[in-house]
Amino acid sequence: MATIPDGFVMPDFGDPAPADNGTTPATATATAATATSTGPRRMAFICSKGNLDMAYPALIVGNAALTEGVEVLIFFTFWGLDMINTQVNDKLKFTVSGNTAMHMPDLAKVRPGLEYKAIPQALGNLPGMTAYATRHMKEEMDKLGVPPVPEFLDLLAASGAHLYACKLSYDMAKMIEADLHPAVEGVITAADFVELAEGAQIVFI
Amino acid sequence: MPTNTLNGHTFTVDDEGFFTDPDQWSPELAADMAELIGTELDDAHMAPLEFMRSDAAEHGATPTLRRMHATGGFDIKELYRLYPGKPVKKMAWLAGLPKPTGCV
Repeated sequence: MATIPDGFVMPDFGDPAPADNGTTPATATATAATATSTGPRRMAFICSKGNLDMAYPALIVGNAALTEGVEVLIFFTFWGLDMINTQVNDKLKFTVSGNTAMHMPDLAKVRPGLEYKAIPQALGNLPGMTAYATRHMKEEMDKLGVPPVPEFLDLLAASGAHLYACKLSYDMAKMIEADLHPAVEGVITAADFVELAEGAQIVFI
Repeated sequence: MPTNTLNGHTFTVDDEGFFTDPDQWSPELAADMAELIGTELDDAHMAPLEFMRSDAAEHGATPTLRRMHATGGFDIKELYRLYPGKPVKKMAWLAGLPKPTGCV
């Protein structure tokens, strides 16, 4: 590897420093002593929700973590199992019901200020409202270059993420192996996951 | 803004070291920069960089990994193999582009 010139500003790519340096053992020891794990950084996501809007956070942050060289594990449990069920994962829904933060930027065109008004909860229960809200969210995500859930799982798997289904949820939902997204590595128990996630930062969604 | 000099090439960068002007880039400079991160720029390494440069010139933004797959036809696994660790940042840096801002 060529030597970096003095004063050369370059991004930190997190690659191991060249061993011939010889001036940093004290710092290296101090860092190792304060970290809980000495290996590369790891993140473990627990996805417990099956609504479209709650499916995306782990996929987006997980993908970002992978591009930053962080090892990523995702455990799909309870309603989160729908994210890896090929029968339904392209049909996850977004509902206004129970979401008091739901307001629409587009409504500013109708009347300025309306974009900050929460949509009345009663409207969320009207027939067709969930389908409309879902379609709208999918369109907005598409505009931002965010792929649909099945394609997102493929992207994560190609980037090296490890995906697991929760055995208890799998049994409870009477799911069959044929319906699992092909990128899922296995159906494992909570204890298995805890073991696999050793030293990882846990994100529960 | 900091100015970097490498083997006679001079270019301005942001505080992190990403290019601020893609026109200050050249394939020779990229090859020299790649050596700093222990990478040899062969054709396989250059292809994604060339796509990124033309895509960024056309759309005004450093392409994301998904865009490189969906639009450029690159294999994600292959990109991680060519540029292990932080592939998007490494490629953007070597392609002389600003730091990527896309999330996916």
